[in-house]
Amino acid sequence: MNASQDKLLAKVTQADYKYGFYTDIETDAFAKGLNEDVVRQISGKKNEPGFMLDFRLKAYSHWKTMKMPEWAHLTIPEIDYQDIIYYAAPLQKPTLGSLDEVDPELLRTFEKLGIPLEEQKLLSGVAVDAVMDSISVKTTFKETLAELGVIFCPMSEAIREYPDLAKKYIGSVVPYTDNFFAALNSAVFSDGSFCYIPKGVRCPMELSTYFRINMANTGQFERTLIIAEDDSYVSYLEGCTAPVRDNNQLHAAVVEIVVLDNAEVKYSTVQNWYPGDKNGKGGIYNFVTKRGLCKGDHSKISWNQVETGSAITWKYPSCILKGNHTTGEFYSVAITNNYQQADTGTKMIHIGKNSRSTIISKGISAGHGQNSFRSLVKVLKTADNVRNFTQCDSLLMGDQCGAHTFPYIEVENDSAVLEHEATTSRIGEDQIFYCNQRGIDTENAIGLIINGYAREVLNKLPMEFAVEAQKLLQISLEGSVG
Amino acid sequence: MLEIKNLHVNIEGKEILKGIDLHVRAGEIHAIMGPNGSGKSTLASAIAGKDIVEITEGEINYMGENLKDMNPEDRARKGLFLGFQYPVEIPGVSLVNFMKTAINENRKFKGLEPISASEFLKMMNEKQELVGLHAKLTSRSVNEGFSGGEKKRNEIFQMAMLEPLLAILDETDSGLDIDAMKIVANGVNKLKRSYNATILITHYQRLLDYVIPDFVHVLYKGRIVRSGEKELAQELEEKGYEWIEEEV
Repeated sequence: MNASQDKLLAKVTQADYKYGFYTDIETDAFAKGLNEDVVRQISGKKNEPGFMLDFRLKAYSHWKTMKMPEWAHLTIPEIDYQDIIYYAAPLQKPTLGSLDEVDPELLRTFEKLGIPLEEQKLLSGVAVDAVMDSISVKTTFKETLAELGVIFCPMSEAIREYPDLAKKYIGSVVPYTDNFFAALNSAVFSDGSFCYIPKGVRCPMELSTYFRINMANTGQFERTLIIAEDDSYVSYLEGCTAPVRDNNQLHAAVVEIVVLDNAEVKYSTVQNWYPGDKNGKGGIYNFVTKRGLCKGDHSKISWNQVETGSAITWKYPSCILKGNHTTGEFYSVAITNNYQQADTGTKMIHIGKNSRSTIISKGISAGHGQNSFRSLVKVLKTADNVRNFTQCDSLLMGDQCGAHTFPYIEVENDSAVLEHEATTSRIGEDQIFYCNQRGIDTENAIGLIINGYAREVLNKLPMEFAVEAQKLLQISLEGSVG
Repeated sequence: MLEIKNLHVNIEGKEILKGIDLHVRAGEIHAIMGPNGSGKSTLASAIAGKDIVEITEGEINYMGENLKDMNPEDRARKGLFLGFQYPVEIPGVSLVNFMKTAINENRKFKGLEPISASEFLKMMNEKQELVGLHAKLTSRSVNEGFSGGEKKRNEIFQMAMLEPLLAILDETDSGLDIDAMKIVANGVNKLKRSYNATILITHYQRLLDYVIPDFVHVLYKGRIVRSGEKELAQELEEKGYEWIEEEV
């Protein structure tokens, strides 16, 4: 590494996480700790119907019998689940008539995050649900969507207002028995987004949720449910940030998607939780279960993710391809820099005939980062003529980081055609020098090379997200070439 | 334009250049010839500022400035261009995007606004034609899947786009068939102005049939052992490098 790169590295690693501010806002929070009473109180706060409380209590008692999964290629310090606050909400008036009534501090927070919360900014065409700590603060564009019959609201509201849908679908794709973190989430989830696209409706705007953990010692357990009825389409975006803190914070979300005949859901995430400092202190533990069910024939789910944040990521957005002629896609860029760890990938479960899946994963490891790609492609006996294409690329920057791949394939039907490609490469000094020699400085050269490497995935993101994601990739990696 | 005085260069602790003197003025074409391992590419790397090059003695002055502490991108922005012997592939970055980034970085350095889309497009078309670069290549990733000839032609294309003051072409003729070499030579000739200069680094004399150099230098074991006019190249071609070895 030469002197100018050293300087650049120092500059970047000493730069602050841009979203690391804390908003001083009045908060209604429970005491630390978890027991049956806490579960009941959360349900009570939300005025939930009885079935929801039952679901939570069952999940809680099941969770108590479970242990944290240890199979991932991660080093996770012990987590004291009694040292976490399970419910925190910005204090506000019970119902809000207009934005004027929202706490101005809160609005400033979302302004800093660049969320177009104010109605006039919504001309940009993105409907936003903002979730701070445990509750959904404001859902915009609700009326426009309502005309089409699209429901886009906080999960807590959906449970109260549309109990039939909630009862039918919550836990139908990710049961509370699924895994340790899904069980925990099922017991204590406090809010999240709910999205229902009725038959034949092509949602005219991107639906978007911004998650923000603000309070210290708080866990965020949001739950998202998307239902796309026959012949419908929606593109859904999710963004995440958190303040800089010395201690680790837990984020254990569940996302469930149900897609019926000929419907399509595109789910895009730009995950930028606080990753910890350059020595690995602090940062979010991001233990998330995301799964979609292609229930109807000819249905499609596409997961697109750009993962730059979190101290530890454990996340496998998956597709159950139950219908015939269904399509599952997973496009991912995951960066680990400094002491970040990520074990991420996908599962494609082929049940329906002629189902297809594509997995494109681009891992980037820098600093002391450890990046693992884990995938399962499973073809059941019933699934004739399945096609899968998997491509898993790893890029290494420097010599202290690691890239690991764990692809699993289980095929019970001989007609399946599966392809798997994998590459490992390095950002070369030669590539950087070539750019330098054309007048492009090292910082921009890295941005150019990384964005080129991740282009296949970035191309899948909606326009406004793609621009943000490109910048984020560059910021996350500047100066890490050695 | 370029003045190299008593340049000594180490690479990984080994002395490769052992006292080079070279003076290039605007409007001139210089050819540097020599057998493999004589230090030709090291000299190009030293001028362009590659970081494995360690200058132990002497100096390189370009446009009146000592290049010692100047980073490679600033050298490039001041009009220094290196045509690579082995052009590097950058997967996923289209040549269009790469060129646009490069041109805008150069413009920013000069205090100019980014180039407009229409102006850029016009320039691309013009220069493609000049060097005979197939239009389909510009939407492909930089050098990825390019044939050897396409890579070299791409170097000349980039040179045409960036309009350098001093271009160093490192073995741009190697691996080219005669037609491709003519195109490269044609590009160099067409881009020649009274205010710019070119250094051709080559192993063979044949490129010099198409680009007529003002001066020819023979590099041997890290030293320039002979300098002369274009006839020197001819002599070298006839007698071979053994002749130099014997002379030295």
